[in-house]
This record gives sequence, C-alpha cells and structure tokens, in this order.
Amino acid sequence: MRFSGSDTYVATRDLTLAVNAAITLQRPLLIKGEPGTGKTMLAEEVAASLGLPLFEWHVKSTTKAQQGLYEYDAVSRLRDSQLGEAKVADIGSYIVKGVLWQAFECETPSVVLIDEIDKADIEFPNDLLRELDRMEFFVYETRQQVRARHRPVLFITSNNEKELPDAFLRRCFFHYIRFPDKETMTRIVNVHFPGLKPTLLREALEVFFELREIPGLKKKPSTSELLDWLKLLLAEDIPPEVLRSKDQKSAIPPLHGALLKNEQDVHLFERLIFMARQNR
Amino acid sequence: MLIDFFLHLKASRLPVSIKEFLTLLEALQQHVIEQSIDDFYVLSRATLVKDETHFDKFDRAFGEYFKGVEALPGMDVLIPEAWLRQAVKRHLSDAERARLEKLGWDKLMETFKQRLAEQKERHSGGNKWIGSGGSSPFGHGGTHPEGIRVGGRSENRSAVKVWEKREYRNLDDSVEIGTRNIKVALRRLRRFARQGAPDELDLEGTITGTARNAGWLDLHMRPERHNAVKVLLFLDIGGSMDDHIRVCEELFSACRSEFKHLEHYYFHNCVYDRLWKDNRRRHSERIATQDVLHKYGNDYKLIFVGDASMSPYELLQPNGCLEYHNAEPGATWLRRLADTWPHAIWLNPESEQSWPYRQSTSLIYHLMGGRMFPLTLDGLERGMRLLSK
Ligand SMILES: Nc1ncnc2c1ncn2[C@@H]1O[C@H](COP(=O)(O)OP(=O)(O)OP(=O)(O)O)[C@@H](O)[C@H]1O
Ligand SMILES: [Mg+2]
Repeated sequence: MRFSGSDTYVATRDLTLAVNAAITLQRPLLIKGEPGTGKTMLAEEVAASLGLPLFEWHVKSTTKAQQGLYEYDAVSRLRDSQLGEAKVADIGSYIVKGVLWQAFECETPSVVLIDEIDKADIEFPNDLLRELDRMEFFVYETRQQVRARHRPVLFITSNNEKELPDAFLRRCFFHYIRFPDKETMTRIVNVHFPGLKPTLLREALEVFFELREIPGLKKKPSTSELLDWLKLLLAEDIPPEVLRSKDQKSAIPPLHGALLKNEQDVHLFERLIFMARQNR
Repeated sequence: MLIDFFLHLKASRLPVSIKEFLTLLEALQQHVIEQSIDDFYVLSRATLVKDETHFDKFDRAFGEYFKGVEALPGMDVLIPEAWLRQAVKRHLSDAERARLEKLGWDKLMETFKQRLAEQKERHSGGNKWIGSGGSSPFGHGGTHPEGIRVGGRSENRSAVKVWEKREYRNLDDSVEIGTRNIKVALRRLRRFARQGAPDELDLEGTITGTARNAGWLDLHMRPERHNAVKVLLFLDIGGSMDDHIRVCEELFSACRSEFKHLEHYYFHNCVYDRLWKDNRRRHSERIATQDVLHKYGNDYKLIFVGDASMSPYELLQPNGCLEYHNAEPGATWLRRLADTWPHAIWLNPESEQSWPYRQSTSLIYHLMGGRMFPLTLDGLERGMRLLSK
C-alpha cells in the first residue's frame, strides 16, 4: 500500500512521504496546518486512492474518548424498562458502536480519521492512548474484548487549539502542511478547474497572494476561498485583464467578498485601497 | 549508526525521545525512504519533531550536522551500508555496476573514504560528489545529477536545501509576541487562567448516573473549569517599549473574562510610591502604591512588564527618579511588592541575551529572584507555568 497523491488531491513530496511512513509502520499520522490546507481531505483521498473504507470521527468540544469506542444508552434502557419492554434484559441492545469499533470490525483494512482532535478536552488523547496502541478495548457491560482485525491507517488532524500530550505525540508521525506556495497552488487549482485559462489563473493567484500579505487580517483567505472565488470569476466570465490593474494596490478586485468573509477584514481592505488611491 | 545524529539533536535542545528514534530506525529498515538526504530530512523530522515551532531549530541542527559530515571519521559509521548499496545500485549504469562488482564492496568503501579524505584536503567548495573523473566507480565527472552527495560547503551551492531555507523560522516560539502570534499566546494564557478547581454539580453525569442506577439518584460532581486566577498587571509605559507593552496589555485584556480579576497599573521605568491607571491622566490621577499594596490580597499574581532598562540610580538611590522626588529607592519598592505578592514575575520585551549586559536589568533580575522571562511565546509559557505552581 503506497499513496502518491491523486487526480483530485495535490500532495507534496514530503506529505506523501509522511503518509507512507505512517502506512508502512502502522502508526498514526498527526496533521496540522492553517485552515483550508487540506487536512481533512487528506484522509478521504488516501482512503479513496487505496480503495479502503473510511471511518470519520469529527471531534467537538464535548466529545469523549469513550464515544469512539462505544456508548451505553442507559436512558433508553431506563425508559424501556418503565414501559416493560422485553429487550431490556439484554444490555447488548443498548450498546451503540463508535467509529473505532466499526473500523476495528471492518473485514478489510480501513482508514480512520479523527478530525480536529484539539477541540476536545485535554484528556481526550490520553484516554485513547492504549486503545490506539493496541487497537483493542474491552466492553465492560457485555464483558467482550474487541480487537481490530486489521490495524487501520489512522489520520488525526489538529488546528492547534490545545497542545497534545507528549506521550500521545511520541506515538505519531507528524506533518505540518505549509500553506501552498504559488506553484503548488497552481497545481491545486488545476485539479479543481482543469481547463482554466493560464492568464486568468496567474492574475488571480497574484491578487490572492497579495491579499494574504495584508497585515492584520483576522482571517487570511485560504485555498477554499480561492476556489470559491475562481468559481465566481468563471461564472461571471470576468476577463483576466480586469484582475491585472496597472496599480494593483489601488483597485478592488472583483467579487472580493468571496475572498474576505470577515466584515472587519473587508473594511480594512477597502480602507487600504482607499488610502493607496489617495496617495497616488 | 545514526546515534550521533540523535545526540546532536538532543544537544541542540530538541525534545527528542528514544522511542521516536527507534521508530526512525524502523522506518529506515522498512525502506520508507531510499537514499536521498532530502527524504531523510523529511522522514526524520516527521518522526522526531512533533511541534512545528521546533522545525526551525531542527533545520538548523540538521544543517549543522550534515554539513559536518565530511569531517566525521568514516562515512560508513554514519550511513547504513544497505542504504549506500542501494544508492549505488540505483544511480549507476550496468557497465559501471559491473566494474563495481569486480572491485568488491570493501574496496568500494575504502575508495569512498579515500575520496572523502581527498575532498577534505582539497577544501574545494561547491557540491562534492563522491568520485571524480571517469575512472571512479561512483560515476562520471563527479557531478552525477542524482549521485550521493556528501557534505559540501555552504558557498557555491547549486541548490539550497530545504532545511537551509529556514522556512519555519516564523513558527519558532522564541520570537517576540506580536500580532502574528498573539492568538497562540492568548491560548496559552487562557490555559493558565483556567485553573483552580472547586467542584460543581455535573448535571449530565448525574442524569446518566441516575439512569444507570435504574432511577436511584446518583450525584456526580466535577471540577469547575473556570478561572480562579487573579492578576495584577504592572506596565512600564512612556518609553521606547510602548509597542511591546501595548501588545502585552491587549493580550491580557483579551482574556479578561477568563480571569477572576485583572487589574492593571502603569509605572515608568521603575515602581515608586505612585502608580496610575489612566495613562492620559498620569500626572493628575496618581494612586499611592501603598494603597495598592493593601488593596489586593496575596493570592493575586503580580506580573510586571517592562524592559528594566534605566540608570542604576533610579533603582538604588533615593531621589534617583528622573521625574520627581522619591523618598525611597526603586529597589525598596520592588522588594516590597514582591514580598506582598510572592507569585510575581517580570516579562521583558528585550531579548534575553542582552539582560546580563545591562546593570539595571540584572539588578531587577536578582531582585525578582530570577523570575524574569522574555516576552515571547516560550517566555510567556515559562512564566505562566511558574505562576501556576
Ligand atoms: N492539496 C489539495 N489538493 C486539492 N484540493 C485541496 C488541497 N488542499 C485544499 N484543497 C481544497 O480546499 C478545501 C479545504 O480542505 P479541507 O477542508 O481538507 O481543509 P482543512 O485543512 O481540513 O481545513 P480546516 O482546518 O478548516 O478543517 C478542500 O475541500 C479542497 O477543495
Ligand atoms: Mg478540516
């Protein structure tokens, strides 16, 4: 099993290398990087390109480690018991399988994504150490040992909201996806818009990267915003010349609302342009 | 084999562990990469460094180590033999390989070492590929585009290596706090603010527990997440450091809601008998430092922010202050404050290296019992860790 990018996903050499290291050594791969750099998409793409099923676990601030294994739905059971249902006797019918359990019992090797692990409580990664190491756990209610048939390929993403415990980190490979440079971004755009006119692409990237350089932006536009913007440019049939103003800094690019979504950022941007014009 | 490299990283103060080093060896053994040094760079980084703020440090250490390679005794100690073998196989033509086979592996290694020695003697700059001229089994002309490069000097490089570009420099957490990394700083500060743990009723836990208990009440408590931390912020304002001070002030105000109490006071250069709360009215509305001393309990954490640079007179002499007559020297006041609030630190926007060279800075450093930290992410973290003990 080797991953080498795909038709729909541009993976740099160092990213594929990290992915393959994780696959070969069967260790988790921790992925960090700015928003929109394709962290979540990576797991989907690896699964698709290796032809493996994908099990996704999107973590929220209230997510508990246990939920990835299984949950015991005590409330339903209580209700059923008051209604005198017969299935109450079987505790097993109130055990709800979590993402990891589903992956563990999968017939084929699989890919598991634990997305945005840093959203959860600090203890969350620690609570999963043993389970992820051994790929097995115990169900107390039914006294049952669940063991993975195949060790899944495990991707974990983080947006750096919390630091992760050292013991957890030592078990992972780590890759930080850098914000794509112009060349990589060109490839990414080509993946999404295969027939795009090179001049339009060039001008658009020029505007995009310049915009990202504006100091003090609350939210720099990311890959997804660029793609949205290009879609709009195409839909409106905006010619490349419009993007290429002689004095870049003094013209508002068309449909810039797709790039800057934060109202304050739009104001900041417009003010800068306004100042640039006055100084002309 | 690669132990030296590992030790070098450790010596460069990267938090690498044996477990991770073993993983790296395992990865090499399983041929995750082949012979390329660039791949080795990526693999070793992915295995050993788990925090992008350490990437820059790693890049430097990696560069140092692999620049020094030609000076190390015996390349074979450093590069696993299998690795070399493969490299040789991959990059040589059939004819060359045949010649090589005649030569035998040992002989090859010897030639290899000899070449290294020659290189060292010649001290020639630029890329240095093993072997020169058509006579070498290692390739022709010494510049096979994908050959095995060993060492090489920084001048005259054809390609700058990734680790030499220092692209992760701005992720390093020893740079000062500014608008770019203020968010991260904020998160670290928040973590500090969220301590202290009186219990509160865990409603959800109680319901689940009660259901589990088939209806018998089962109370659950949990530690309260919220802030018990009280902070007094003393800011040195009205000098060249104003920008830094302001960043710091913003930083703390941004998590005001996380602290139980946050109070700030201004001073200039050093604390004397007066402080003020509103910098625009610093001359009209002064508050006696004595009053402040009595107002806040000793459970407050005291944080000074200032560059601690002044004339030593301002610290040591009565009336040493430039602006008005102070009956007692600054040092006395500082000591008094630090005695009242034992949890005190000083954050200094000046770089840590410069501290020992400034008389006033080292005086204050000692007055604070060494609890002075640079105004960087890392400094903030160290300071907060100390305060939360
Ligand atoms: N390398 C890439 N190749 C192709 N498309 C990409 C790539 N990187 C990002 N994209 C595009 O950007 C979008 C955002 O990617 P994704 O949601 O995976 O980012 P993320 O890093 O998980 O972001 P967040 O931190 O906000 O969760 C994708 O849907 C895809 O369209
Ligand atoms: Mg995502």
